[in-house]
Amino acid sequence: MNNSVVNTGRMVWAALRMLFVLTVVTGILYPLAVTGIGQALFHDNANGSIVKVDGKEVGSKLIGQSWNIKGTDQPDPKWFQGRPSNSNYDPLATGSSQLGASNPKLVKMVKAAKEQVAAFNGVDESEVPKDAVTGSASAIDPDISPAYADIQVKRVAKANGLTVARVQKLVDEHTDGRTAGFLGEPHANVLELNIELRELAKN
Amino acid sequence: MSPVLADVLQVTALIAALALVHRPLGDYMAAVFQSKKHLCVERWIYRSVGADPDTEMRWPAYLRGVLVFCAVSVLFLYLLMRVQDKLPLSLGFRPISPDQAFNTAASFVSNTNWQSYSGEVAMSHVTQTMGLATQNFVSAAVGIAVAVALVRGFARSRTGDLGNFWSDLVRCIIRILIPGSIVAAVLLIAAGAIQNFGDIHHLTTLTGQQQAISPGAVASQEAIKDLGTNGGGFFNANSAHPFENPNGFTNLLEIFLLLVIPFSLPRAFGKMVGSVKQGYAIVAAMGAIWFVGVVAVTWLEYAHPGTASQLAGGAMEGKEQRFGEGPSSLFSVSTTMTSTGSVNSFHDSFSGLSGGVLLMGMMLGEIAPGGTGSGLYGMLIMAIIAVFIAGLMVGRTPEYLGKKIGTREIKLAACYILVTPALVLIGTAVAMALPDGKDAMTNIGAHGFSEALYAYTSASNNNGSAFAGFGANTEFFNTTLGLCMTLGRFLPMVFVLALAASLAEQNPVPATAGTLRTENPLFVGLLVGAMVIITGLTFFPVLALGPLAEGLAV
Repeated sequence: MNNSVVNTGRMVWAALRMLFVLTVVTGILYPLAVTGIGQALFHDNANGSIVKVDGKEVGSKLIGQSWNIKGTDQPDPKWFQGRPSNSNYDPLATGSSQLGASNPKLVKMVKAAKEQVAAFNGVDESEVPKDAVTGSASAIDPDISPAYADIQVKRVAKANGLTVARVQKLVDEHTDGRTAGFLGEPHANVLELNIELRELAKN
Repeated sequence: MSPVLADVLQVTALIAALALVHRPLGDYMAAVFQSKKHLCVERWIYRSVGADPDTEMRWPAYLRGVLVFCAVSVLFLYLLMRVQDKLPLSLGFRPISPDQAFNTAASFVSNTNWQSYSGEVAMSHVTQTMGLATQNFVSAAVGIAVAVALVRGFARSRTGDLGNFWSDLVRCIIRILIPGSIVAAVLLIAAGAIQNFGDIHHLTTLTGQQQAISPGAVASQEAIKDLGTNGGGFFNANSAHPFENPNGFTNLLEIFLLLVIPFSLPRAFGKMVGSVKQGYAIVAAMGAIWFVGVVAVTWLEYAHPGTASQLAGGAMEGKEQRFGEGPSSLFSVSTTMTSTGSVNSFHDSFSGLSGGVLLMGMMLGEIAPGGTGSGLYGMLIMAIIAVFIAGLMVGRTPEYLGKKIGTREIKLAACYILVTPALVLIGTAVAMALPDGKDAMTNIGAHGFSEALYAYTSASNNNGSAFAGFGANTEFFNTTLGLCMTLGRFLPMVFVLALAASLAEQNPVPATAGTLRTENPLFVGLLVGAMVIITGLTFFPVLALGPLAEGLAV
């Protein structure tokens, strides 16, 4: 008995020291080494793929944004709009609605979104794609489907005084297919689209 | 390219990559745990800790090492979260409350990585790297160490020695997990994941609104989160967050990482017991269940039953556009069947029956292919149960790998498979009997019940994913789920190590014409059948109340 108490005591002391050493190795040296490599080789990526316009930071390529009229919850017709977000694109409150696929609340939300997107873009409800009426997982999804970009072209062109053909060309240029042809889903980055759109509208 | 064809190619590429890597990695892991030599850095660690890596441990000593080390880890992690505001790089975050700190400490030490907090607004740089990321490494290594001890039980004879816990732990981290994580982390950064120790970055968008961009050592944590089948996201959105999982390539890479060690360990097992065919039989059983799960959930998500999904025209609620239904389904099945629990889409919004498949994946006991180490020892326990059932049919004392499965062995195996079902069912029943269960639900009816069931299933099986609508950040849930995670992790380990010792002490029995062959397809079928029937019988009633009721009502 006495012996096993001594043994256990010794083991606790060894365990504490082991945890300390492994914390130094895996909790300090490892992340610092990776940070060193990352910052040296992929500086932009490691710091959040920040996008600049006219020398000013306007967002991250990877983080979706709200394109509502400032201070309101109304979407601004002159911008391409992203997917519904559970936190209005607040990167400090990521996550989704968590509503089940048959939840009446979700049914109501989808229905309302469908009507709103159809009316806003002047298309029939049957043309509204699924990503336009469902909340993303992260609440900061930077992308929309090519189909959702397509139905926004007319409205965006009109609001910016551009031809439909020109805006459609922009969408086609900025639609990314699957990575390496088969990984993930085709998508268009909303921030990239809007930055290009702003350039077009300026000229 | 049609989405279905893309998904088929994606699964094919994943299986090909796993098939390519499992052999060298499995052989390498076997060599790591059988080698007599210590690396220079390992010797330095043993010296500074005062541990002798060459002393063989009998099972009580090995177990004491595991338990003491994990207890010390829980305490340290708990304290770190309680004082994080007083440490540097705190980002202004407050200390974590006592019940949540206990829950999180139990969660990360038990390799569950259930999270009742929101990373981007709760955990400081120091807590994330020195606390949570460190446990991502060591909890994975503890699991592998216990699995290796059990394999030694089969491989050795007439001895009580199971190896040295300190040496198994350190070798696993230094020779397997750190090199793998560095490669994976650099790939993730190259593809867009962030890696910095900055402050929250504020900027003004083109519409004149303010946006806060989160900082963090994300890639380094993401790598071990998946490679060690941990699953605790740096951010609340976990692998759905674009900084953790920026595109289709990283998505497949992360799925590969969380499957690669669990699918390679059976090869190491085969090497160590002297018959790689035995390892392949285990892989075949794991792979068959995983594959059926992938097909079922992918099919269900494309078919999108559910009133809201039907109305929307697809099951995209809680999924990211860059992943879509197929890659999200592949991720969800891989994460629930490996005890990882990271998510790239929110399972709460999957169709009712998909949720049932994900639950079933965890209820099988996390063995298809299961967590790092825990998957292998869980599957070997099931193999013992399977040969026992076969033995009963023909009236012969069962054997597995030349070891007799006698009264003591089968008792230990039976105790092992009773632990997590008891925790899941009792936990869920208690939560439902109290007002706490109902208060925590986001969804109503059968789906609300599934949320509670999912929470206890995930915690007890050390998965960590959630039907995240369930508001589990209360004293009641932080405490009970914390207990489920701890008991669900360490009680089974007691039985595994005791079993390992009783196997190691035996003399091997020579195989005869009457011995049940355990490396052929017949045995794989028997093994899968035994698992599915045992799990089905245990959980059918509770599945009928939740996901089946919801799924069949649509």
